[in-house]
Amino acid sequence: MSPLSYLLQRGTAMLMVPLIITHLTLIIWAVQDGLSAEEILSRTRGSIIWAGFYGLFVFAAAIHAGIGVQTILREWTPLGRLATANVGHVFILTLWLLGARAIYAVVWA
Amino acid sequence: MSVSGITRASRAHPGFVASLIHRASGLALAVFLPLHFYALGLALESETFTGFIAWSDQPLVKISEGLMVSALAVHFAGGLRLLAVEFFGLTRAQALWIALALAFALGVGILFLMRAF
Amino acid sequence: MSAPEKMLKVDIWRGNEKGEYQSFEVPERDNQTVLDVVTYIQRHLDAALAYRFACRVGVCGSCAMTVNGRPRWTCRTHVSRVVKGGKLTIAPLQNLPVIRDLVTDMAQFFDKWNAARGRFVAGDNPKDELAPVSPEQKERTAASAAIECINCGVCYSACDVVSWRDDYLGPAALNRAWAAYNDVRDGDRPGILKAISQSGGCHNCHTHQSCAEHCPVSLNPTFSIAGLKRASLKAKLKGELK
Repeated sequence: MSPLSYLLQRGTAMLMVPLIITHLTLIIWAVQDGLSAEEILSRTRGSIIWAGFYGLFVFAAAIHAGIGVQTILREWTPLGRLATANVGHVFILTLWLLGARAIYAVVWA
Repeated sequence: MSVSGITRASRAHPGFVASLIHRASGLALAVFLPLHFYALGLALESETFTGFIAWSDQPLVKISEGLMVSALAVHFAGGLRLLAVEFFGLTRAQALWIALALAFALGVGILFLMRAF
Repeated sequence: MSAPEKMLKVDIWRGNEKGEYQSFEVPERDNQTVLDVVTYIQRHLDAALAYRFACRVGVCGSCAMTVNGRPRWTCRTHVSRVVKGGKLTIAPLQNLPVIRDLVTDMAQFFDKWNAARGRFVAGDNPKDELAPVSPEQKERTAASAAIECINCGVCYSACDVVSWRDDYLGPAALNRAWAAYNDVRDGDRPGILKAISQSGGCHNCHTHQSCAEHCPVSLNPTFSIAGLKRASLKAKLKGELK
């Protein structure tokens, strides 16, 4: 792991601390209250705050997961530096794309 | 890494076990996240989304969701342990207690509040 | 008529990477160490057994081996503490190439020690006066906590990341780099940060603390590595780490 990867990994982790606490609390509260899909969507649709919150979350989580997956592949499989870096980057881009689509679907569609 | 490698006697201590749990939960989340984002993206077509939400009412899906929330809580607690040692210079005993306490608290909270069934 | 001697069953690794365990029976004694057992076998049962030792009193670190799965100093390991069901399994230190039987090739360990630059460099402008370093100074305290390492290789053998990555410098080399970094008289402290930030550097440590768990002199390389992580991160954010 390079100093840059380390910085991004620990940095996104620290960034996500308040996001995770918020997200877990919200999800558990929504599930406990038996919120339906329509009810959840009615709260998220058109909300720039939710877009911002989850946009940040997706951005950070993708990087964090990508570096994590890269590390596991590097340490536990015979794949080398270049191959694992490529897999990591593809993983991050995939999560960014899917995450952006999810936010768009939940806030704007 | 061989299966027997995990059970090396030199690894029978809390620090390794905590790290293994951290890695396993992280991997589980990495596998879950694309599926999670994809499912939410289905809200673009509300018919598919409602159908998906109905599908997700199955017990197996509910159990998986519960496991994923637990995985997040466990990974979160383990991560805080790591940050405590690396950035705040806590000793291994102190940091381990923090992680255990937090994981326990989160676990109790989640179990109490989650009435998904 | 004396009671029959109690015998220990001892499995010892023979060969190099390819090899097998060979069983011996060794008479049990009071206050017997694992080194005593290995020595008995070589002297009385099989003169061809290869193993290392020197001081045999726990100050040189030469006798480190894997005993019942854990890396230890065999001269400081009482048989009574580790024997399981009357049986001992002794193997060479893990994570190192095996020359023969219980003897490993420590070359990579010392190559990495050098690569981490854990040594003093005077620099271009060494000062003439004595450097005033108080024992209470933060850096001196940090160096003192890490300085007692005698390169026995136990932490290197216990380290999980070393077993997973060929290029990882390892706990001992990085621990020494941290001690050297905290020598405020050093003429090129940034050079140490550069050395420990290379591929295989300190950022690969996952804080398992297997090293601290097994160090026979109770050092904590994980702690030292955390210090290197913080120092290198600070330097990187300031643009000082090239």
